[in-house]
Amino acid sequence: MQDTSDIADRHDAVCVIGAGGSGLAAIKNLREQGFSVDCYERETSVGGAWNWRHDRSPVYASTHLISSRPLTEFPDFPMPDDWPDYPHHSQMLGYLERYARHFGLGDSIWFGTEVVAVTPVGDGRWDVTTRSTGGGAERIQRYAAVVVANGHNWSPKKLPVDSSAYRGQVIHASAYKDPAQLRGRKVLVVGGGNTGCDIAVEAAQQATTVWHSTRRGYWYAPKYVLGRPADQVNDKMLQLRLPLRLREWIYRRTLRLTVGDVTRFGLPRPDHRPYESHPVVNSQLVYYLGHGRITPLPDVTGLDGSTVELADGRRVEPDLIITATGYLPRFEFLAPELLDIDEDGKPDLHLHAFARKHPTLAVIGLLQPDAGLFPLAHWQSVAVARWLRLRLSDPERAAAVQQKESARPLRSWTRLRVVPSSRHWFEVSHTSYLRVIEDLLKRMEGVA
Amino acid sequence: MSSQVLRFEDWTAPVPAVEREVVEALPQSPQELPPVLFVPGIGHGAWAFAEHWLAHTASRGFAAYAVSHRAEGSLRAYVHDVVQVAASLPRQAVLVGHGAGALLVSHALTRYPARAAVLAAPVPPGWSALGAALRANPFGTLPALFGAAPRLSRRQLFGADLAEAEAYRGRLVRTPARIYRQVLFAKPAAAPVGAPPTLVVGSPDDRVVPRSALDRAAARYGGAPLLFPGMSHDLMLDTKWQEPIDAILDWLDKELATT
Repeated sequence: MQDTSDIADRHDAVCVIGAGGSGLAAIKNLREQGFSVDCYERETSVGGAWNWRHDRSPVYASTHLISSRPLTEFPDFPMPDDWPDYPHHSQMLGYLERYARHFGLGDSIWFGTEVVAVTPVGDGRWDVTTRSTGGGAERIQRYAAVVVANGHNWSPKKLPVDSSAYRGQVIHASAYKDPAQLRGRKVLVVGGGNTGCDIAVEAAQQATTVWHSTRRGYWYAPKYVLGRPADQVNDKMLQLRLPLRLREWIYRRTLRLTVGDVTRFGLPRPDHRPYESHPVVNSQLVYYLGHGRITPLPDVTGLDGSTVELADGRRVEPDLIITATGYLPRFEFLAPELLDIDEDGKPDLHLHAFARKHPTLAVIGLLQPDAGLFPLAHWQSVAVARWLRLRLSDPERAAAVQQKESARPLRSWTRLRVVPSSRHWFEVSHTSYLRVIEDLLKRMEGVA
Repeated sequence: MSSQVLRFEDWTAPVPAVEREVVEALPQSPQELPPVLFVPGIGHGAWAFAEHWLAHTASRGFAAYAVSHRAEGSLRAYVHDVVQVAASLPRQAVLVGHGAGALLVSHALTRYPARAAVLAAPVPPGWSALGAALRANPFGTLPALFGAAPRLSRRQLFGADLAEAEAYRGRLVRTPARIYRQVLFAKPAAAPVGAPPTLVVGSPDDRVVPRSALDRAAARYGGAPLLFPGMSHDLMLDTKWQEPIDAILDWLDKELATT
């Protein structure tokens, strides 16, 4: 047990964990509300998931955005307008580095420092234990609030099939970096999300044989519709406030006209309506299915020796299995009850951001939106910063805001009808979510 | 009012990219001071600041930039260009807008958290500038009432003692009437993001922007205007151009020292 006299009190300062896109937005917006910020980043540079040099980065050589530029950029720091509609991951990293430099955020970041534990002290304040990633002594500092921005796309979710008797090579998509890993091999890609589809497409150009195993049918949206990025067209429909059923009908018609009926390629029919799963945006998957370069397969049921068994009884013998089975959020430094984490590992947070029982604990960027994440992470962090400021400047009004928020219906900010998988735990519609955040911001207006 | 958070227009119809003219003057040795971006009014370009203010700002240690407006555009595209240039600068920038450029800056501030902002002889949105302009130059302003581009006279823009006045007038570009209309029907800008310190500068003898408009603009940002009697609308081209820019940079030095 650490002696309390060793704890350095940082008074009103806020601790931010992680200097990826969400963490950077949190630092900037907290500082804009007048807070001192200490951000701890285990790597030696900013960018989080978008920094391919980082251990935990899921990006591979050919990663591009799947949401278009205007729907991905920070609202107060636009990407250069001469960039492509769907920038490359190296451009994303450059953008985040420029954001950090432009707003001088580096002064608040402690690189190469890992957060080991975050414990409540009892009066709304937190003891944060940190350690240099190179090892060394631990250090405890006391903060007025903690904002967690450690990302949720770095801890791979395991293939739910026993692979102990399998002798072939199995890697998670997070370990896939370069097309050279696929060249001349027989590759099985497991997982129908954006990453699975991207890797299957890449394998189609490199590998000798490509199988793509998906559990269910998905809606594969092209990246361009009517000559415009598909998400921009979709937002036009949202702007016009077309009802969901009409949007679904237009969505089905558009896919019918562009992609056609995917079941003719052997893909299963989607078992859910459009907009009920995280959008898969990939123009090339269907192209390579149509060229016979990718063979769709059902779910994997068993792995034995060199053989993979499938739900329909078929067997294949790949040289390499890439499991694009997604990621699970992890908060090793927090006791599970602080974020109301259930036995599956899913936290229960108000607006997927505010800890329900701890008003000075928030998580930024733990969302799965149907558009780019950064605009949402930005407004989330503005809301958290204003909330923390309001608690200090006007506790009575803060209590009123809190009371109102606790009565906010779940369906106003989260998707209730989604495919039941952990990939959809934090699924939100960007417009519904932002409307709610805007409403919350208005309630806290004039806070300075 | 359109939402600050849900930006459907930007999401569904992004402003097309163009090559932008940005003129710069850099201090001899790099300093910790934020860069200053000057935004000209209608008809003017970056040249108006390149005459005196850019070099002077650089001589006081600030990296100075001025942007010209795109040839074919709209008020929205002009504001977009200001934000694009500001975000492209290495550090959080100070925005200085002159005339209708100040209106653009006040709208850019709702998008970009500037380090500080200066509105010089700010043309107010809506009809309030029209009265003053009509009194000063009835025949030139009259067309504006019917949706055409007004013709600002030499006397409105420049002091009588300015030798280069004719040459400067020759450099003004004709701006489509559409842009003037958009200024006339522009809504006042929403609150700036990041609450930057904002200074209003002007002259009580300005024949484009009335004194009352300066007071209103300053009150909106919580202060009083800094006034330079005897100066014309185009402060940065006036014979006494150094007074206002020195006052602006003094104010900036003070603001940056306190925050």
